[in-house]
Amino acid sequence: MTADPSWIDDALTAARPQVVGALLRYFRDLDAAEEAFQEACLRALKNWPVNGPPRDPAAWLIFVGRNTGIDAVRRRAKQAPMPPEETVSDLEDVETPMVERLDGADYRDDILRLMFICCHPDLPATQQVALALRIVSGLSVRQIARAFLVSEAAMEQRITRAKARIARADVPYEAPGAVERSERLAAVAAMIYLIFNEGYSAGVEEADRRAPLCDEAIRLARLLLRLFPTEPEIMGLTALLLLQHSRTAARFDADGSIILLEDQDRSLWNRAMIAEGLALIDKAMRHRQPGPYLIQAAIAALHARAAKPEDTDWAEIELLYAMLERQEPSPVVTLNRAVAVAKVRGPEAALAMVEPLEDRLSGYFYFFGLKGYLLMQLGRTADARCAFDHAIALANTPAEAAHIRMHLDRLIKESAEAARA
Amino acid sequence: MLYAILCYNSEDVVGSWTKQEDDEVMARLGAVQEKIAEAGKLGPVVRLLPTTAATTLRKGRDGPLVIDGPFAETKEQFLGFYVVDCETLDEVLDIAKELQAANRGPGAYEIRPVSIFRPGALTE
Repeated sequence: MTADPSWIDDALTAARPQVVGALLRYFRDLDAAEEAFQEACLRALKNWPVNGPPRDPAAWLIFVGRNTGIDAVRRRAKQAPMPPEETVSDLEDVETPMVERLDGADYRDDILRLMFICCHPDLPATQQVALALRIVSGLSVRQIARAFLVSEAAMEQRITRAKARIARADVPYEAPGAVERSERLAAVAAMIYLIFNEGYSAGVEEADRRAPLCDEAIRLARLLLRLFPTEPEIMGLTALLLLQHSRTAARFDADGSIILLEDQDRSLWNRAMIAEGLALIDKAMRHRQPGPYLIQAAIAALHARAAKPEDTDWAEIELLYAMLERQEPSPVVTLNRAVAVAKVRGPEAALAMVEPLEDRLSGYFYFFGLKGYLLMQLGRTADARCAFDHAIALANTPAEAAHIRMHLDRLIKESAEAARA
Repeated sequence: MLYAILCYNSEDVVGSWTKQEDDEVMARLGAVQEKIAEAGKLGPVVRLLPTTAATTLRKGRDGPLVIDGPFAETKEQFLGFYVVDCETLDEVLDIAKELQAANRGPGAYEIRPVSIFRPGALTE
């Protein structure tokens, strides 16, 4: 084991949220917590290869980080000098009581708090995501800047600004009550989904650079689920991310154009992720009160279970969207339900659902994409072309635009052929 | 004598491997397994899904108790396991409840979905 130093990196990465969360509780200052964590990692890099891995790496890092942090405070105050290295790195005697004192509940609330401060309502979504990736996941500013396709300096500034806002804000350090805990959990779940979508909504040329965001979101969701193993919505969130991510390898063709779900090569879907997602949904559904994440995961599961697109249980998908619509009414959910309705009851019924949404979705690419598609199926070529033109103007990525253009080209070709005939 | 070799590692660490890293590890392990299999000494090989996918059945005062999450107690020891092929978690739980009823003492059954299963073939 000691021949391969990568285990240290792995252990440091895995311990990070827990350690920084605990250090934040001690120091009540994000920068101090991060500095102390860095220092503890440096000592681990020196100490662990010699002495072997500690029994509980997180407890070791918290202990050392807290001591070095206290040293730093003392140094600044020009007080006592740092104690000799041996006394902090030799933990044989102190480690055990330390681990006992930090019980599971503390760990849980520490990590939740650390994640929660990243989703402070004062922070715009992009800052929340950047801060969480920096603080909780420990990605470097450079890695985050790369994922967001901005310069390192711009990202540095974004994170600094976010941290300054957090420093001014009221961060609750006392252990949360049950209601507060569940509110925090919901905010953190939303933030994790945001991270995932930053990675997932990318076009193919950015997909490689952004894929780490999806992996990281899944890692955070699993972490949250380990802390809160009985929360069906966290099971649902984790399942949703896994099921969506399972299709990654099948989402773009060689030219980088987006491949619709029904045209994807299903043999490229990641079976292990699907298995985990389905298992989580099965478990969560036993609670009998599916929330929005679980419902969306259940919809994704129906796609994942279908070996061929025509095996998809669209009637069940429509029911699930109707359930989601009741819980979280939104024109986008209705739009998605209309897709299922089109499959079950045909384009006319779907179009009737879609048309009243135009006022609220007039800036939404998918609205015009679907509307155009339904009109095309109904043979209303001129109207379809008009809707597709709108969609292209609203496309977020070149891949989206290319996909619509494909429909348009077909319509133009068909009408040219019709004119010739 | 048949032996079971149980695998332990930090789920955080294993879960943070990239697909490429995971594939590399699985390929190296596969090479070792092949050698043992050729000698006719390899029985079933199983990789479990993360403990986040686990459900635990305990004996409660008023009958069996289903708890989300892995078996977390340390006062009981790992004594044996079954591999069952079921459509749903409910079906597995029914089997586990039957086993529990037939068993003696408190104890628990932790139910873990399997991600990789190789049946293996033992000679003799």
